Amino acid sequence: MAYKIVASQCTGCSACEPQCPNVAIFEKAGTFVIDPSKCSECVGHFDEPQCVAVCPVDGTCVIDPTVPRYQAA
Amino acid sequence: MSKLLQLHDFSALGTTSFEQMRNSAAQSGCSSKGGAGKTGCGSAAGPSDLPPEIWEKVKNHPCYSEQAHHHFARMHVAVAPACNIQCNYCNRKYDCANESRPGVVSEKLTPEQAARKVVAVASTIPQMTVLGIAGPGDALANPAKTFKTFELVTETAPDIKLCLSTNGLMLPDYVEQIAAMKVDHVTITINMVDPEVGAKIYPWIFYNHRRYTGVEASKILSERQLLGLEMLVARGILVKVNSVMIPGINDEHLIEVNKAVKSRGAFLHNIMPLISEAEHGTAFGLSGQRGPTAQELKALQDACEGEMNMMRHCRQCRADAVGLLGEDRSAEFTTEKVMAMDVEYDLAARQAYQAKVEAERDAIAVAKQRELDKLEGETASIKIQVAIATKGGGVINEHFGHAHEFQIYEVSTAGAKFVGHRRVDLYCEGGYASETGIEPILKALNDCTAVLVAKIGMCPKDSLAGAGIEAVETYAFEYIEQSVIAYFKEYLERVGKSEIRHVARGDATIRQGAFTEA
Repeated sequence: MAYKIVASQCTGCSACEPQCPNVAIFEKAGTFVIDPSKCSECVGHFDEPQCVAVCPVDGTCVIDPTVPRYQAA
Repeated sequence: MSKLLQLHDFSALGTTSFEQMRNSAAQSGCSSKGGAGKTGCGSAAGPSDLPPEIWEKVKNHPCYSEQAHHHFARMHVAVAPACNIQCNYCNRKYDCANESRPGVVSEKLTPEQAARKVVAVASTIPQMTVLGIAGPGDALANPAKTFKTFELVTETAPDIKLCLSTNGLMLPDYVEQIAAMKVDHVTITINMVDPEVGAKIYPWIFYNHRRYTGVEASKILSERQLLGLEMLVARGILVKVNSVMIPGINDEHLIEVNKAVKSRGAFLHNIMPLISEAEHGTAFGLSGQRGPTAQELKALQDACEGEMNMMRHCRQCRADAVGLLGEDRSAEFTTEKVMAMDVEYDLAARQAYQAKVEAERDAIAVAKQRELDKLEGETASIKIQVAIATKGGGVINEHFGHAHEFQIYEVSTAGAKFVGHRRVDLYCEGGYASETGIEPILKALNDCTAVLVAKIGMCPKDSLAGAGIEAVETYAFEYIEQSVIAYFKEYLERVGKSEIRHVARGDATIRQGAFTEA
């Protein structure tokens, strides 16, 4: 149901935070995290997940396999 | 009609005396005056060369005035970590190598912390006249933080000039706000005006909620940059264009860039060498893309100088730098130290310092002119480069072994002109010669005939002599330009008497890495 941010890759640059249409991203201990209960994978908002598209380090914003994929209502 | 005008101009030139021509040659470019068609010089233009409103804006700005950079300091606050484009010379895991230091900034600041830091620094360093926001990402990819910082600083320190640096992608959207906040200096990094060239520099941009790649990305970026430039110029905001020189990719193309930005009214063009050490992990660093040599860089800057004013005193400083260009006092002003400081904003003391500098500058200009007059009648075609050890103030006041950098002046019968600087590792560490020895310094100064210093030991003096570089202490604590001209006059005399033989010098190495206090 959600993307997650790989903490070891995150530079803490904050680029993703304002792009999230669900306000699901927040700072925690110097890096950023996604609240999986709010993440919609940008389905219904944009063609591509915004955090993935803006992140300067590829492979940092990835699908969280522990959470089921998001289903549009 | 325009042809007629040109003809007229040409014939007018014919009636000019040789003396006037020589003087105007001496004063053109960055040495002293902006010639016709130039918007005054970013390097050394004085009050008489620029419209008063422009002089007012640049006279205390170390980045926009070469003269000012000897006397005034700037600070950057790292409030803007986010970026919206990817450059092949930048790796965000290590921060942005060309626009700040090749490593993460020491700490990110909130606008409130930044404002307090500005006041603390301004109280400690009266020559600090400029606050810039230059990242470590892009100032306009973090508009809320950038503008909040400016707002807070203006409240307590209204005399500090505000400036920002941007890649230009979001610039058109914020020009109104920039003008409203009285930011009167904006730097745009423009590395290309041809998207085909851009595709080799920018793998992607993030714009309108989409990631664009390839030529399409660079096309959007270039259009937005040039539009932003025109909009700023229309509002009377001074624009400096930074370009990273990447040999084999955009080196020749930067002449086109220069024409494009000049025609749109940019004030100053700053062509900087690529920094691409492999350990920074940038795409260029990993692909083995090299940076330019000192003479390659100078040749490109010289080629563009006929078109507009070139900045040659850029130190490619990091996004949290504090101090004169070429020095970094940021370690004195960490958030922890700033919060503990008892700061009071002393406007009167700052103004007193700035008045003192005005007087000193006049003295420097007079001394330079007096020395230049002594070259009257000299016709030698010899042109040499001279390195200077200075810690600021426009004076030769640094020991050779203590120099973090040398300033390079080119001198001929037309006068002395600042053409660049060379970073070096300290030769002297705690009273002993450094482990790496003098070799890297010889490489950095290889295109110079002499180095003028406040003092130098016998050992390095001999090494320099062995490499054909004369170390001179005679001008210790004298004004730089006056001394360079005086040295040149003496050099010509010695060549004339066959005491020495004039030898053309080779190329020199640009030390990799932006400034960090070791």
